[in-house]
Amino acid sequence: MNAHALHSNRETLKKLLVIAVLMFGFGYALVPFYKKICEVTGINNLLKADVAPVNSQVDLTRKVVIEFDASQGPNLPWTFKPIANSLAVHPGELTQIDYEVVNTLNVPVTGQAIPSYAPRNAAQYFKKLECFCFKQQTLAAGETKRFPVVFVIDPDLPKDVGTITLSYTFFTVAGRDKAS
Amino acid sequence: MSAVLPAHGHADDHGHGHDDHHHGPPPGLMRWVKTTNHKDIGTLYLWFSFVMFLSGGVLALTIRAELFQPGLQIVNPEFFNQLTTMHGVMMVFGAIMPAFVGFANWMIPMQIGAPDMAFARMNNWSFWLLIPAAGLLVISFFVPGGATAAGWTLYAPLSTQMGMGMDLAIFALHIMGASSIMGSINIVTTILNMRAPGMTLMKMPMFCWTWLITAYLLIAVMPVLAGAITMVLTDRHFGTSFFNAAGGGDPVMYQHIFWFFGHPEVYIMILPAFGIISHVVPAFARKPLFGYSSMVYATSSIAILSFIVWAHHMFTTGIPAAGQLFFMYATMLIAIPTGVKVFNWIATMWKGSMTFETPMLFATGFIFVFTMGGFTGLILAVTPIDIQLQDTYYVVAHFHYVLVAGSLFAMFSGVYFWLPKWTGHMYDEGLGKLHFWTSVIFFNITFFPMHFLGLAGMPRRIPDYATQFSDFNAIASVGAFGFGLSQLIFLAAVLKCIKGGAKAGDNPWEGAQGLEWTLSSPAPYHSFETPPVVK
Ligand SMILES: [Cu+2]
Repeated sequence: MNAHALHSNRETLKKLLVIAVLMFGFGYALVPFYKKICEVTGINNLLKADVAPVNSQVDLTRKVVIEFDASQGPNLPWTFKPIANSLAVHPGELTQIDYEVVNTLNVPVTGQAIPSYAPRNAAQYFKKLECFCFKQQTLAAGETKRFPVVFVIDPDLPKDVGTITLSYTFFTVAGRDKAS
Repeated sequence: MSAVLPAHGHADDHGHGHDDHHHGPPPGLMRWVKTTNHKDIGTLYLWFSFVMFLSGGVLALTIRAELFQPGLQIVNPEFFNQLTTMHGVMMVFGAIMPAFVGFANWMIPMQIGAPDMAFARMNNWSFWLLIPAAGLLVISFFVPGGATAAGWTLYAPLSTQMGMGMDLAIFALHIMGASSIMGSINIVTTILNMRAPGMTLMKMPMFCWTWLITAYLLIAVMPVLAGAITMVLTDRHFGTSFFNAAGGGDPVMYQHIFWFFGHPEVYIMILPAFGIISHVVPAFARKPLFGYSSMVYATSSIAILSFIVWAHHMFTTGIPAAGQLFFMYATMLIAIPTGVKVFNWIATMWKGSMTFETPMLFATGFIFVFTMGGFTGLILAVTPIDIQLQDTYYVVAHFHYVLVAGSLFAMFSGVYFWLPKWTGHMYDEGLGKLHFWTSVIFFNITFFPMHFLGLAGMPRRIPDYATQFSDFNAIASVGAFGFGLSQLIFLAAVLKCIKGGAKAGDNPWEGAQGLEWTLSSPAPYHSFETPPVVK
């Protein structure tokens, strides 16, 4: 291969390497990009208070059973439970339920609760106005805390939904290894 | 395309009296370790991928043995998950991708009239990187917790939780990805800079075109996969929270990033197959390829469209209806350029004087069975149907129709087509035909019933199933063992052809066109050191 060919091959190699490096960066750039999309479209706003339903009329003709569930992720030495396992509420009615959390460890631990709903289609009608899941919570060594959740079920909830389960999982923050 | 050569390639290589390192390979094992010759490296790639193909096949047969009857007989569920995962990883990254790189190494310099690949030393590196990667995958079966069991897609949050086997798989994928990128850079540079005088891009053989586009796809998406699995790695060990919900991350985002790589990846595994078929069909129909330029444009549009359809793998993750509609229609759009290719192959056959030697049998088998896989793909693109069928055996049937009857059959076709050029001998036509018929029949016995299993709701990746699925599973398992054993016929045919057989002429196929057939058989160790002139 002559010197000229060698040179132009090297030039092509450099350009292609730049593309590869840029695409590696592009993979990482997708992370803030998707975060922004979720923020703008409101697809994934787990950590924000919901807006109260427009239709504020309490629907006294029916009751929906709300089941409360609590669990913790791996390595989190907390006990975590709702003070009632279920409540029957009218759609549109403002309701409060308390959760009790105990840090059984003798060091402070920070956790983050993530909510989920069943059936999945009911999630958009479940409006949480106040929740401990909106931010990280730190419990001092051996501390016990009560956290309220204030919510309202949108009266537009489809008639065939009679029961909604609200389930929280508490995870340790800042790496799974710190708490263990 | 027509080529004018001063003489046969071997005339350039022999008959001169200078240093013998210009003539043939040095003897012994070190020839293979240190080789920078594109033909040697092509051979290494092809053997490596064949070994991985057999290993991945053994994993598949263990899966089918377990699924022969309902209930748990042979393996425990944890190991079953490792089997399905490692079968996928080994077949995709160890067998199909390196095999096509092997073809590229052997054929591209000969088809464009170049003396070798652009970066011969890097070429050696890209191959030898695969060995430690494969080693890591094998070792991962023996570490505590076993091999990764998160599925070949390594979805978070499963992949952010598993044991050491997961880390080993991530490292293996990093190494294989680096190897792919290096190989692709080599291929693009060779094709762009080293074509024989007179060979314009639009005169270039289809196999080179499909590989040029594939190599660009690889350079664009392998780094994205590397990024995704690096995020998994840092989530696992360094406290980042890309996919960890507790730290503000999102496991669904992994799927978005992974499939940005993953969908182009499926075209990476099929475009070179299209290239091979575009050589075999004209050769045995004794007619030039119908619609050459439309083939080039179809291949390019498939590649471009492949970047905007990734979320069709995620219809059940809760994306909004508008998104579902967009990805559904974009996916269906790909059927158009793919259809152009299928019609062009058929039009090439039309009124041709066809003969059905083994390469042509595999090529027609490919067109027939791959098209069925394409149709089930179109069905799965329909969002409401996909929601019903996702994670069932229907999906398993679909992607084995396009990857086994697609990529693999095309590679068999290519191996039989070019074996005379590689070895200098004709393969045993009887063995070849036996290999084709057993493969195509057992393939369909294995995978056709899976459509019914999927439609009836049998989930994939589960070691046990309801008894109503028993009969079709038993049939599929019998077919799988038949298919696996058929591949030993292939091994026998190749070994026999390497050892000896009827002497192959420079162009053993009446209708084959292209520069590679102007060289002697077997192709001389160094070819086209003086570039041929293409008119
Ligand atoms: Cu796809």
